[in-house]
Amino acid sequence: MTLPDTIVATRRRRRRGSSFAKAVLRFIVTAATTFLGLLAVTFFIGRVVPIDPALAIVGDRAPAHVVERVREQLGLNLPLYQQFWIYLKQAVTGDFGTSVLTTNPVMADIARVFPATIELATVGTIIGALIGVPLGVLAAVKRGSIADQIVRIIGLIGYSVPIFWLGLLSLLLFYARLNWVAYPGRIDIVYEYTFTPVTGFFLLDAIWQGQWEVVWDLFRHIILPGALLGYFSLAYISRMTRSFMLNELSQEYVVAARAKGLSETRIIWFHALRNAAVPLVTVIALSYAGLLEGSVLTETIFSWPGLGLYITNSLQNADMNAVLGGTIAIGVVFVSINLLSDLLYRTLDPRTRR
Amino acid sequence: MSHQSTSMGETLKPYSRAWLLSDRPTSRNQARLGRAYIIWRRFAENRLALIGLGIILALLVVAALADVLAPHNPVQGDLMNARLLPPGTPSYLLGTDDQGRDILSRLIHGSRLTLFVVVLVAVIAAPIGLIVGTVSGYAGGWVDAVLMRITDIFLAFPKLVLALALVAALGPGIENAILAIAVTSWPPYARIARAETLTFRNSEFISAVKLMGASPFRIVLRHVMPLCMSSLIVRVTLDMAGIILTAAGLGFLGLGAQPPLPEWGAMIASGRRFILDQWWVAAMPGFAILVVSLGFNLLGDGLRDALDPKEAGQ
Repeated sequence: MTLPDTIVATRRRRRRGSSFAKAVLRFIVTAATTFLGLLAVTFFIGRVVPIDPALAIVGDRAPAHVVERVREQLGLNLPLYQQFWIYLKQAVTGDFGTSVLTTNPVMADIARVFPATIELATVGTIIGALIGVPLGVLAAVKRGSIADQIVRIIGLIGYSVPIFWLGLLSLLLFYARLNWVAYPGRIDIVYEYTFTPVTGFFLLDAIWQGQWEVVWDLFRHIILPGALLGYFSLAYISRMTRSFMLNELSQEYVVAARAKGLSETRIIWFHALRNAAVPLVTVIALSYAGLLEGSVLTETIFSWPGLGLYITNSLQNADMNAVLGGTIAIGVVFVSINLLSDLLYRTLDPRTRR
Repeated sequence: MSHQSTSMGETLKPYSRAWLLSDRPTSRNQARLGRAYIIWRRFAENRLALIGLGIILALLVVAALADVLAPHNPVQGDLMNARLLPPGTPSYLLGTDDQGRDILSRLIHGSRLTLFVVVLVAVIAAPIGLIVGTVSGYAGGWVDAVLMRITDIFLAFPKLVLALALVAALGPGIENAILAIAVTSWPPYARIARAETLTFRNSEFISAVKLMGASPFRIVLRHVMPLCMSSLIVRVTLDMAGIILTAAGLGFLGLGAQPPLPEWGAMIASGRRFILDQWWVAAMPGFAILVVSLGFNLLGDGLRDALDPKEAGQ
């Protein structure tokens, strides 16, 4: 995970900020060049890296006239810069071609599966933040103690464990042996006909419609993959919380608060944590973006019908349009979250305003 | 150089503790060894870091002696008598997989693939990052702006997803997986190298070298790059775990090493079908991945604390 680098980048950019207009302009330029770069890289991967992109899309068993047609459709006979221009125009209008596997436009597929991924990543982040922040505070307050060591080791294992392996083992334990959670998937087949989702966010839909049985079933499906992703964001969030809190607790205002006779609880949870809250929001946003990526492997294990499963299924079937469309979708959300958290940091922290 | 002496005039035995810790080294060699010794002492105080070092050394030994250590053939199994034996079976310590292959032997040989991946990724990605970062930091101006913009773009990408797409285009295989991971891992190194370069770009020793007529090429290569090395090494070590996990993820999805190679991620994938009844087929390789990446993380943390005491404990 490269999340800490993004923070470094945030800070580096922050220091240069001067007037508000300049900052807005810089933000727009950053966003535009990053999205352009994103498309350039995917263009490169889709069109330049494969020896014959047309073959990569239709597969090598396709008849010659099909390959020829696809080649024409892609404009492969044009010079590269013209191809890129066409690609850009299409991408901006949301046209990523047609998926060979589902025969739908890739964009329609992505719109269909994305809510499932968002739902999973959100549950993961909530779990990670609710447990990770208190753990990080505890570790900072009791620095060097057994508790600190335990939090550190929990975090280190989170950084070191292959997520798909942990997913498999947890399925084995909690589903097969203990039967505490539901089998892989998002919803029980029984409810697939009685429950009509509106927004694609099943949990919200079910709660809204008051179908509590469905809510319970959805909960039993999402809890394990959600907890797994939660563990990953917990590892990151607790480590960063500890570091921010150590920084705050060494500040003079903490000494002043102690001298005033405030209770330790109040100093830690009201004064120090509030000051650490701004970078923490950034960290939580970044870990959310990281979970979108982590969902690729998790969804494969839990047959979670989201974007990650869509990408891996398309990979198995050499469906390049779908793979690149999914990559761009995750990339765009990832970049947007990064940029937004940067913006959020600047608006929330009065010290960064001039 | 038989008579090393301190200001007090007493003679120090070369390579003794006092010689290493002397604050007036009389040769470049002594100064270097002394510095290394101090770093080592700081490193060795950290028990977790020593455990990490131990794990990585063990990995190196196992990989080097795989042919001697592995009790069975890692690729060819005993289909007749040894299919899916549980761990603890005599002569099959960790059990066997669906093709009657000894899992322990496959893990032992798989350590070579793991090392192959991390070393190659480091060898490709670190120099790219080093060159981009030092050139960008030393040159400044529009070169810096352009190079850092490119770095930011790559940094903005989700790593695993980019690697997935790249391998999908290149075709599955361990070499392509390595290439894909390397392409996604260089930006942080460029960042670090640039930051380091900026801190001493305007310092006097650089001006001195410039006055002596050194070309920018020589300055960057001989004077800037060596000074960026220590932070880069720390970062690369810390990244090793991530590289292993990404490689294992690609292997798990069938995009990395191809069968029958005993790559750990691919082994988990093949054990997935038997997870309910023969859990060990998938569990053992995952445990190996966990131990090795934990080792790299502990080692990296320890190195960072030892090389940069300011950061320690943060």
